[in-house]
Amino acid sequence: MDSKFLEINMGPQHPSTHGVLNLKLSLDNEVVVKVEPNLGYLHRGMEKLWENRTYAQVVPFTDRLDYFCAISNNLGYVLAVEKLMGLEIPKRAQYIRVILTEIQRIVNHIGWLGFVTNDAGAYYTINFYTFEEREEYLEIFEEYVGARLTINAIRIGGVPFDIDDKLISMIEKALVETEKKIKDIDKIVTRNRIWLHRTKGVGVFSAEDAVQFGLTGPALRASGVKWDIRKDIPYSSYDEFDFDVPTGTAGDIYDRYLVRVEEIKQSMRIIRQAIKNLPSGEIAAKVPKVLKIPEGEIFHSIEAPKGELGFYIKSNGTDKPERVKMKSPSFINMQSLESMCKGNMLADVVVILGSLDVLLGEIDK
Amino acid sequence: MNIDIDTIIFDVLIPVIKIIVMILFPMIMVMVMLWVERRGIAFLQERLGPNRVGFQGILQPIADTIKMLFKEDIIQRQSDKLIFNIAPVVVLATSLLAFCFIPVGMTMSIGSYNLTFWVAESPVGLLITLGISSLSVLGIVFAGWASNSKYSLLGGLRSVVQLLSYEIPIGLTVLTVVLASGSMNFIDIVNKQNEMGIWFAFMMPVSCVVFWIAAMAECNRSPFDIVEADSELVAGFHTEYSGIKFGYFFMAEYAHMVLVSSLMVVFFFGGGLPIFPNVEFLWFLHYIPGFVWYFIKIMFFLYLFVWIRGTFPRYRFDGLIRLVWKWLVPLSLLNLIVVAIIRMIV
Amino acid sequence: MIDQISKYPALENIFSSLQSVFKDSIIEGRFEKEELSVKVKKESILLILKFLRDEKGFNALSDMIGLDNSSVNKEGQKRFSVLYQLYRFPGFERIRIVIDVDENDPVDSAYPVYKSADWAEREIFDMFGINFSGHPNLRRIYMPDNFDGYPLRKDFPLEGRQ
Repeated sequence: MDSKFLEINMGPQHPSTHGVLNLKLSLDNEVVVKVEPNLGYLHRGMEKLWENRTYAQVVPFTDRLDYFCAISNNLGYVLAVEKLMGLEIPKRAQYIRVILTEIQRIVNHIGWLGFVTNDAGAYYTINFYTFEEREEYLEIFEEYVGARLTINAIRIGGVPFDIDDKLISMIEKALVETEKKIKDIDKIVTRNRIWLHRTKGVGVFSAEDAVQFGLTGPALRASGVKWDIRKDIPYSSYDEFDFDVPTGTAGDIYDRYLVRVEEIKQSMRIIRQAIKNLPSGEIAAKVPKVLKIPEGEIFHSIEAPKGELGFYIKSNGTDKPERVKMKSPSFINMQSLESMCKGNMLADVVVILGSLDVLLGEIDK
Repeated sequence: MNIDIDTIIFDVLIPVIKIIVMILFPMIMVMVMLWVERRGIAFLQERLGPNRVGFQGILQPIADTIKMLFKEDIIQRQSDKLIFNIAPVVVLATSLLAFCFIPVGMTMSIGSYNLTFWVAESPVGLLITLGISSLSVLGIVFAGWASNSKYSLLGGLRSVVQLLSYEIPIGLTVLTVVLASGSMNFIDIVNKQNEMGIWFAFMMPVSCVVFWIAAMAECNRSPFDIVEADSELVAGFHTEYSGIKFGYFFMAEYAHMVLVSSLMVVFFFGGGLPIFPNVEFLWFLHYIPGFVWYFIKIMFFLYLFVWIRGTFPRYRFDGLIRLVWKWLVPLSLLNLIVVAIIRMIV
Repeated sequence: MIDQISKYPALENIFSSLQSVFKDSIIEGRFEKEELSVKVKKESILLILKFLRDEKGFNALSDMIGLDNSSVNKEGQKRFSVLYQLYRFPGFERIRIVIDVDENDPVDSAYPVYKSADWAEREIFDMFGINFSGHPNLRRIYMPDNFDGYPLRKDFPLEGRQ
């Protein structure tokens, strides 16, 4: 390495690397010349473990990958297994799944909002506002299954519990609260000069680059590519809901912020529609106790809050999968960090990293 | 040589007491601010904050101080030990030294003796104070360099950049105050505001705002805390400090805040003068002693620091330079010219 | 299986043009559960990916998957497979390209075609020990550099300490 650059090891002990991540930075003064993410501090060998567990036993593991949106991970895996089995899921179960995953999306996006403003130096204020909101949804999860964070709320074949009027009223109350909170945060953040200074034109990624690097989720949509799996390859009855896919134009952090805020509003719309049109009926399909899936393979992906979450499953006729590969959105999004950071300043690196919404538990698997 | 009791009391004892009080005053204010900041930020963030130690957590600063005193003092093997140890002292000492010219109240007559609420009076007190308070940057650069840590070094370098930007608007706005009052003596500045019957803040609002923004940068406070920048530089120049040496930096930062608030109050808000001095039916306000008014006023500005910290994100350092050189410097220059012209005419 | 594809004209079009352009390289095409999976020869993978990207508009590589086939008892089955999961938008079709690889048999890196292959290939190298020639920075991504063995191979023990 050329010695005229200042080399800095950011992490694994650093306040804003969103987990145990090590970034090797080369700085020319404060301008970033090179970023080299160094992964693996959290590698638990999940994929190896999954090969030695039965299909149903894998579900709780998926919670632990991304503790911030556990239900989306459950859904991604479960849908892949169901598609591999050719299982038909009752409509009511599908709707409950939609409600749960959309709540999870709100939780993730609103939590992201707090973290990224924190990275930009807003001393925890918005973080606490958003965490208060997140708390309400965690209470809904607690009411639903009894756990709050790694809740394992989706089972192969359906969902474990039905939702009742009490839960629905809780959800409706929380949605109203969130609407208010979003307005408050909008007042503090959206036209704040310093926030604009920190985010406008920082971490810019063109649509072309974003596609080349395989960027997915809100970060891709902020670059102007309208690609939302919920809309384009609908799963779990998403085609029955009416919602918009927000896109940005500039592809900078500010647009990612706007896209996520808009997505929260769209998620609320979906939840309200799902509650209104909730069909009656069974909440789970009949699934044998010992699940043996005939030989086959499947790649199924869903639109997780952080991006495209895909599961490749290869079955071999026994009750354990031959191979499960997870395509984690954070892993793919993290790849583009270097090209986004180049030429920006050291202070921008943490905000760009925050804006990509990565989670190390998911990257390291 | 005849030494009478009056000389001992008025020329030795009272000045010594004043010196001790003026050293203790910022330290006590640090304690107060610790509580105000933690509770204030908690209030802004819809949480409780520390409320267990004493009534409403009022003893929390003492608990914090004791914790800091008993923490292990870690000195890196590779650091430059002499400078590493001197740096916190430099920072704290300069912050405290700058208080010696600040009038914390008005003159009070006790019998035939006029009790003054300042340690020293100098015709160039303003210059000396500004000079001393800028010296604290030296300590920060020392700390950044001697720590032998790249985060600290970056923090130290940033503090120099910051110095180069905020000092100029401060100097230019202070000049307008000097022009308006015709003196560089703090006491004269306050008295002039009394004479004119108007605070300089209302006479020269632009100076007031520019001075406040630049002063926030001088204290390394949010949104200009780029020297510490906890999200990217871990803790900036004091990353490697622990225990009471970190405590020194901490106290210096808060003492600096008190100093800057004091300057703000003296320059623009009439120091120890009561509010509405010319309104007839508020005559009773004159019976409240000057230091109480001074205290109320600086508390307002100290809370403003907390309020701003709880609201805004942080500037990137190029953003700070742009703000200062593109907006504050031209604005304060223009302001200076306008004030000078008005001063010539009136 | 491949006959079901006629319900999906876009995929059928892709498959038939692949067959006509790369006659000898296409080993087999399968269509299962609405997914088109094409097994091709290892040597021509880069050309096929380039063709799919430039001519057919598959603008993104979604994921690369490594497989250890050591438990499959089939004549002539090579040890590993590498799967390329491609998708395109607009159009929203997916296609899977499969190649079979022997141990110590390098594969052409897809990095020149899709930048997102960078870390995906590093992951496969780390987990299976498959080499990618032409990759700019082929190092282990999760395991430490001095780690011995490749964790996702079937013969790697599930428990133990290194």
